[in-house]
Amino acid sequence: MRYLIDPERSVRKLLSLLCLFFALFVTPAQAALKVLSCEPEWASLLNELAGQQVSVTSATTAWQDPHHIEARPSLIARARSADLLVCTGLELEVGWLPILLQQSANAKIARGSSGNFIAGDLVPHLDVPTRVDRSEGDVHASGNPHIQQDPRNIALIAAALSERLSILDPKNKAYYQARYQDFSARWSSAMQRWAAQAKPLQGVAVVEHHQNMEYLLAWLGMRRVGVLEAKPGIEPTAAHLNQLRAQLQNTPAKMILRAAYQDDRASLWLSERAHIPAVRLPFTVGGSPQAQDLFGLFDDTLQALLAAAK
Amino acid sequence: MVKIFFWVAVLAASAVLPASVSAAEEQTLARMRAELEQLKNLYEARLVALERRLQVAEQRTALPAASEVSNAPERLMLSSTATPLSAFVPNANPGANQAASSQKFNPDLSLILGGSYARLSQDPRQYRIQGFFPAGGEVGPGQRSFSLGESELSLAANVDPTFSGKLTFSLSADNQASVEEAFVQTQALANQGVGAGLKLQAGRFLSSLGYLNNQHAHVWDFVDVPLVYQAMFGGQYRPDGVQLTWLVPTDRFFELGFELSNGSGFPGTERNQNGAGATTAFAHIGDDLGENASWRVGLSHLQTRAEDRVYSDTVDQVRNAFSGKSTTWVLDGVYKWAPYGNGTYRNFKLQAEYFQRREEGTLTYDPDGVASALAMTHAPSGGYVQGVYQFQPQWRVGLRYDRLNAPGAQINFAERDLSVANFPLLSAYRPERSSLMFDYSPSEMSRLRIQFADDRASPGVRDKQLFLQYIMSMGAHGAHAF
Repeated sequence: MRYLIDPERSVRKLLSLLCLFFALFVTPAQAALKVLSCEPEWASLLNELAGQQVSVTSATTAWQDPHHIEARPSLIARARSADLLVCTGLELEVGWLPILLQQSANAKIARGSSGNFIAGDLVPHLDVPTRVDRSEGDVHASGNPHIQQDPRNIALIAAALSERLSILDPKNKAYYQARYQDFSARWSSAMQRWAAQAKPLQGVAVVEHHQNMEYLLAWLGMRRVGVLEAKPGIEPTAAHLNQLRAQLQNTPAKMILRAAYQDDRASLWLSERAHIPAVRLPFTVGGSPQAQDLFGLFDDTLQALLAAAK
Repeated sequence: MVKIFFWVAVLAASAVLPASVSAAEEQTLARMRAELEQLKNLYEARLVALERRLQVAEQRTALPAASEVSNAPERLMLSSTATPLSAFVPNANPGANQAASSQKFNPDLSLILGGSYARLSQDPRQYRIQGFFPAGGEVGPGQRSFSLGESELSLAANVDPTFSGKLTFSLSADNQASVEEAFVQTQALANQGVGAGLKLQAGRFLSSLGYLNNQHAHVWDFVDVPLVYQAMFGGQYRPDGVQLTWLVPTDRFFELGFELSNGSGFPGTERNQNGAGATTAFAHIGDDLGENASWRVGLSHLQTRAEDRVYSDTVDQVRNAFSGKSTTWVLDGVYKWAPYGNGTYRNFKLQAEYFQRREEGTLTYDPDGVASALAMTHAPSGGYVQGVYQFQPQWRVGLRYDRLNAPGAQINFAERDLSVANFPLLSAYRPERSSLMFDYSPSEMSRLRIQFADDRASPGVRDKQLFLQYIMSMGAHGAHAF
């Protein structure tokens, strides 16, 4: 005869429930640091530098213009619980990051605290305007913010970011240092490989959609001869495109570059008429199926450029 | 003979041997060269990195010390590590050196200029919203023809590590300057626990009640506020008081807030008392829906009292006054969509709010003359739904429908010599309005708009309205809330 409630089984059940409870809440199963990255490239870099020790999410994807997203409720909630915020800075996130910081009221990631990491402050800036006036369009007073397109910048930022991780989570310092050494070695050899691959791109003239490829061009020694946008941040106009087309007859370009998140119509229009390829670059991690991490990003970028330069 | 052979052999050997030796050497050399080349490449990469570090460091040392002082503790802490981290330095922009150091602490300035042209089929001076107590403030379509909109001047800065502040002047077309907002708020207070996510604000601010209430006029999607805001608050509810908000530590956005104020703004009145005249409580919850959309809904409650809240009714030019308590509930929701969350090319916003108010107290007919006090209950409600679609960069179209429901004030006339006819403004009606809007934004900083509206705010009157409007912003790049 079976009892309705078997005391032994109940105790066992209770014990297993308790074990489950401890497994869920007490064991340090969760990652040490919660990180909110403003752009996907920094999320990818954090995965390289910290592996499972951080849980990182990115506020933007490769399909979004990081200058033009909104401080959505989900981002405020994520900023609220973050231990570390990693952003480009240089006014790239000026339209939403201040709101995120203000509304999340999280002192850990407030400006000036060690949980607030601004990558753009660590690298030399291009396109620092001598005159700041909005008649020039959407200019960034501190310089061009699209710094992730130069692997030398990534190398600089990786070193500082790794140190910052050790400061925030000193227990795992050795682990972060080891991962940084490993990443740094792989990155150096990749940079050599890219430098060798990119030799044919030296001096190649390009047209870009928005002035967001400057760091890439500077790294590869390519030349910009035109921009689809007449003024930064203001969508291409028919008049300007026509003018550009005429200009390209005198100073020809090899290709037209745009980032994954940018509309293709203007590029394709000019491509058809100037008979040069329109190239969509991943721009950041996730911008193409190959750009799954930072290595893939530059591999794919170079491949696309080399294919178009042939 | 042997000798000759010997010499031939020597000669031959001398001819062949150096060649074979040099071939072997050549191989070694090539290997060495390759190794050297590799080393050179490796060091070149490192050198470039070092060179750039040096550049950054040089630029940093060229910066005036002022900006670094506030971060001194962190910098000291970090200076023990091998690489100096510069994330605490605002930026390495050499142009910044030129500004005098005293100016560096100047608040951020932003200026909004607006103006409009209105063509109205009805006289705007006769405009009223039937069934509602006149709220004063910005009710109605404004003046005919050209008019200067509100110009706004904002100054904002951090006070110290604990507080930041903001002042917004509003300069209206009739040469009046008013303080639209003037508040201080706490910066992030705590690292952990309950204190994190806590914010305190004090001064005059736009209440966080509802959705649209705390948005500035220059970010509205239409020329004017929804009818329900005009009827219930005379524009926006802007208390003088304190606000406390707490972001609950959950994965989903969940915010709770509470406001205490003097209650002088409509529907309350200045009451010459020490306690708080109005309390507002609100809760907001929001999240993403996949990668394309996000939403937020909210519930707010406003409790206040009015004492001798005077208004003029349409007949007899008689002034009446209401005294009693006023309770308002607001339910709001907003849904935003953009393909892959990239709103630059196309995006859609749907927003709706519903208000319900209940006022109970005494309505005094003609307080200066007859002065008969009547018990009254008034429970109007209303709301709006609007959708705005950006169909291509710079161009948007929007549609809004306003609907109010005023069931008429329940007045106990008892044996007094008065009837509903003495309070025509409070008799039942369902005001409604439909608006259609197109706008074009040459850049983020400017917007040109045309709006048509069919306004039926009072019985038998149909106001066909046409507005042209410009809104421009200058100065600091303001960030806008969701």
